[in-house]
Amino acid sequence: MPDGRTQDLFPLFTVHRSLLTNSGSPLICVSLSFPPMDDALLKTPLNEVHRASGARMVDFGGWDMPVQYPAGIAAEHMAVRTGVGLFDVSHMGEIEVTGPQALDLLEKVTCNRVANLQDGQAHYTGLLNEQGGFIDDLLVHRVGEGHYFLCVNASNQDKDYAHIAAQAEGDVKVDFVSKSWAQIAVQGPKAVATVQKLTDANLEAIQYYWFSQGVVAGVPGILARTGYTGEDGFELYVPASAAVEAWNAVLEAGKDAGILPCGLGARNTLRLEAAMALHGHEISETITPLEAGLAWIVKLDKGDFIGRDALVRQKEQGAPRKLIGFEMRDRGIGRDGYPVVVGDKQAGVVTSGGPSPYLGTNIGMALVEQPAPGIGEPIGIEIRGKKTAAEVVKRPFYKRDRA
Amino acid sequence: MYPKELLYTKEHEWVKVDGDTAKIGITSHAQDQLGDIVFVELPKVGDKAHATQSFGTVESVKAVSDIYAPVSGDIVAINEDLIDAPEKINEDPHVGGWLISVKISDKTELDTLMTADDYAAYVSAESES
Repeated sequence: MPDGRTQDLFPLFTVHRSLLTNSGSPLICVSLSFPPMDDALLKTPLNEVHRASGARMVDFGGWDMPVQYPAGIAAEHMAVRTGVGLFDVSHMGEIEVTGPQALDLLEKVTCNRVANLQDGQAHYTGLLNEQGGFIDDLLVHRVGEGHYFLCVNASNQDKDYAHIAAQAEGDVKVDFVSKSWAQIAVQGPKAVATVQKLTDANLEAIQYYWFSQGVVAGVPGILARTGYTGEDGFELYVPASAAVEAWNAVLEAGKDAGILPCGLGARNTLRLEAAMALHGHEISETITPLEAGLAWIVKLDKGDFIGRDALVRQKEQGAPRKLIGFEMRDRGIGRDGYPVVVGDKQAGVVTSGGPSPYLGTNIGMALVEQPAPGIGEPIGIEIRGKKTAAEVVKRPFYKRDRA
Repeated sequence: MYPKELLYTKEHEWVKVDGDTAKIGITSHAQDQLGDIVFVELPKVGDKAHATQSFGTVESVKAVSDIYAPVSGDIVAINEDLIDAPEKINEDPHVGGWLISVKISDKTELDTLMTADDYAAYVSAESES
């Protein structure tokens, strides 16, 4: 599922010096200083709320976003696994595609079968280039016949819109509506009960990956039973002007359940445990869905679409690389960008890796050359020049119990 | 907030001098900025620390950070407790969360370090810049 990361494999936060700096390794560093308000950064409608609540803000692909609140990443993570957490994901992009040929356009630019969607249903899919790589990953929601609502990654939204608009033919309109919407994700085993306090809509009737238009916290919006944490919950799309109202209402409604506001730090550890892809990491312009273990979103038999020829060839010849999950066996944390060693040979790279707050182990995903090692086989992760033992394990690392 | 008996570096380490040995750790400010610390990599007793050079790493959930030696010398002790309980650095950064102890080879290196007041001023200036 999409998130707001930059295209670049090794993105983001303001890098500071020495102790609080990246030790020559390609990964994320937390800025030491509380960054000053930077007018060049984009802000969500909840920016002031985050700052007032003591969030640590970072430059996240050009957006001034909370990486964590005072509770800290581990506590925020556990709130989502055991109770409920609240995320501002208003930086995500929204695109509306409408008109009699909206379906044709979306079938052409995305790899999943849009015709399968019913009114009120959503699916995960890819916006692919001719080589079969991901321009972006996204959610397509079918609002009604000839009316689709797309949720795309923050840092890719401009190019996504440009690409889709450029492919439009005939009677179809593509509108970039990101500025109109705020998005608040309410996630965790107590998320549904929390949101239910704020709406008359019968949330239990909304299945996973379905959505409903309705009023939530007195605000008209879209209630989608989707998420990027591996937990049950809702992603609420509300008008940008009502974001603060909705945010505060959810915080209040979740009080008894111990709700915590959660930053991008916890969002990343949660999606990693759930082994969900992050653009710029597990998937990118040069990584195909077949390599990333996402063959289930590729419908080669639906007719032509951009990237299809490349994927047909790749399927015939076999994808050259494969995404695997690993767990560290030696002490050490295999982080984004670290080399992966299979046998004695460097055979890939960690796409995302870090500590798992829920499992208490160090986990990661890596893109490795075929033939890839199987479940249970040993691999090495090169951590600051030292080969450190890990084992290939099944993805996802964490799977919730479904009632 | 910053104990008076310690000396501080611009890289957010602290030093506690006791005769010719120096205990080294990271400051409360540093641990707060790093967040939940989950892993520490330390040198071995008998290794040498070189002033301004990295002697280990501290990892939080999201970040890996080098730790720099404020003074040079032989490493005479490491805090073994941190191997299984790195969170000690968050809980008690200036005492129980110490990292290594060094036999100081050149005491003049201490002259370049900051007092608690200087460090507090340095941190607040850095946060505003």
